[in-house]
Amino acid sequence: MSLDPNLLTTPLLALHEELGAKIVPFAGYAMPVQYPMGVLAEHNHTRTNAGLFDVSHMGQVVITGDNRAAALETLVPGDIQALGEGRIRYTMFTNDQGGILDDLMVTNAGDHLFLVVNAACKEQDIAHLKAGLAGKATVTELTDRALLALQGPKAAEVFARLAPASQDMGFMSWKVIDVAGISCFVSRSGYTGEDGFEISVPNDRTEELARKLLAEPEVAAIGLGARDSLRLEAGLCLYGSDLDTTTTPVEANLNWTMSKRRRAEGGFPGAAVVQKQLAEGPTRLRVGIKPVDKAPARGHTVVTDLDGNTIGEITSGGFGPTVNGPVAMGYVPAAFAKQGTAVKLLVRGTPRDANIVAMPFAPHRYCK
Amino acid sequence: MSKTYFTEEHEWISVDGDIGTVGITDYAQHALGDIVFAELPSIGAAATKGKEIAVVESVKAASDVYSPVTGEVTGSNSAVADQPGLINESPEENGWFFKIRLSNAADLDGLMDRAAYDAFLKGLE
Repeated sequence: MSLDPNLLTTPLLALHEELGAKIVPFAGYAMPVQYPMGVLAEHNHTRTNAGLFDVSHMGQVVITGDNRAAALETLVPGDIQALGEGRIRYTMFTNDQGGILDDLMVTNAGDHLFLVVNAACKEQDIAHLKAGLAGKATVTELTDRALLALQGPKAAEVFARLAPASQDMGFMSWKVIDVAGISCFVSRSGYTGEDGFEISVPNDRTEELARKLLAEPEVAAIGLGARDSLRLEAGLCLYGSDLDTTTTPVEANLNWTMSKRRRAEGGFPGAAVVQKQLAEGPTRLRVGIKPVDKAPARGHTVVTDLDGNTIGEITSGGFGPTVNGPVAMGYVPAAFAKQGTAVKLLVRGTPRDANIVAMPFAPHRYCK
Repeated sequence: MSKTYFTEEHEWISVDGDIGTVGITDYAQHALGDIVFAELPSIGAAATKGKEIAVVESVKAASDVYSPVTGEVTGSNSAVADQPGLINESPEENGWFFKIRLSNAADLDGLMDRAAYDAFLKGLE
C-alpha cells in the first residue's frame, strides 16, 4: 500500500522509515503509528524507560504584542495574564456556545506567548487567532521548527546528559536551552502521564537531535499508537474524540483549567454558557469508565443504565497495557457521573458491565 | 489425516473428517499487532461461511474473524481467551480459535491450499 503523495511530512520521515516504522496518514501527515517493537512494547517502554515521539505535526505559534496575554484571553478561558514567565498552561479555544474548538498549551516565553496546537486543527486555529487578535496582537506560525517529546521515568536522566540545563526545570516550565549543542525551546511537559520534555527544534537539526536521543540506551522511538494508549491511561483528552465543538470545558471536566478570576469575569467566547454550567452544574460530564471484564469498549460504544436505556457514549476506549485491561472515557448524565456508578456498555450489541471510575487509570508520575 | 485451507480474509481451517479447527494466519496476527482480546463463539453457535464469528482486538482496533465454512461450533480455545497473546506467538497451532462441525464439505472447494495462499500473500506485497 502506498501513501498519498500529497501527505505532509515531518523532518523525521526518512528516519522513521529507516527504523522500520509503519507509516499512516494522520491529520494530513505521514506519521509513524508503530515501530517493529509494536504498540504494546512501545507503551511499556515509555512507562519504564524513555520514549521518543515525533510530534512535529502539531502547530507551533508565536503571539507578540504588548497586550498579548489579555488579547489571547478573549479566545480562551485559561488565565494567561497570571501565567508567570517560563510557565506553561493547558487551555482551549471556545466557540460562542462554549464548545471547544481545540485544546492547546500556552507558554509565557517572556517577550511572546508560545502556543502548541493540534495538527488537525492548526490551520483553523491560526485563522481563528489572526481574526480574533487582529489589531491587538500578532500571530505567527513557526513552520521552521519540529517538535519532539521525550517521555518516561528515565527521560530526565537521559535528557540531562544532552541538556544539563534541563535538570532544574520544574513540571510545566519552559526554557530556551542548548540540547546537544542545538538551541531548543524545551518544556517539561508531555501527554503520556509520565515525566518528560517537549523539545521544539529547528527543522534542519531535528534528525541530528533525534538520532542523538535514540543513541541513549534507555531511549526507543515510539509511535502514535502507543501515544494514544498512554494518554488514555493518563485520562488526557484527545481533541476530536473526547473534546469537540459540542463539549464545553465544564462538561469535559476541565474546570481546573479555569482560574477563579476567569470564571468570574468571563470574557471568552461562550462564557455565559460556561458560567451557567459552573453555577448550576452541567447536565453531562466526561468520566472514566472501566469495563468489568476483558472486552475493550472503543469510541462510540453506547453507554446504558442498568435497565438498558441509552445514557451516553464512550469517546475514547481501548486496552490499557499498564492497567492490563480495558479502559475508557466518555460522557454520561451528571446523575450517573459519581464514582462507583454501575453502567452497561453495548459492545457489539452485548451489554457488558462497567463502572464509572476516577481517572487517571495509570497514576501520573510528573516531576514535583 | 488433516488438510489445511486458507481464506482471503486470512483465516485457516484444518479439517479432519467433518470437524474443522479455525484460526487466523501468521500474516493476520502480524498485521494486527499485539492481540489483547479475543471474543470466541460459544459451543453450539451456528457459523455461516463468510460471516463474522469471532473478534480479535489489538491495542489499536477490533477486527472481525469470518467463518471459513458453515456449521456448528463444537469447541473454543479457552487458552486464547485467557491469554490472547498466544495468537501472536502461535497463530497456526496453539492459538486456534474454535472447532466447527462442517455442514457441507463443498464449502472447502473455493478455499486456498498453503501454496495458493502463499502466492496470494505475495500478490499483496
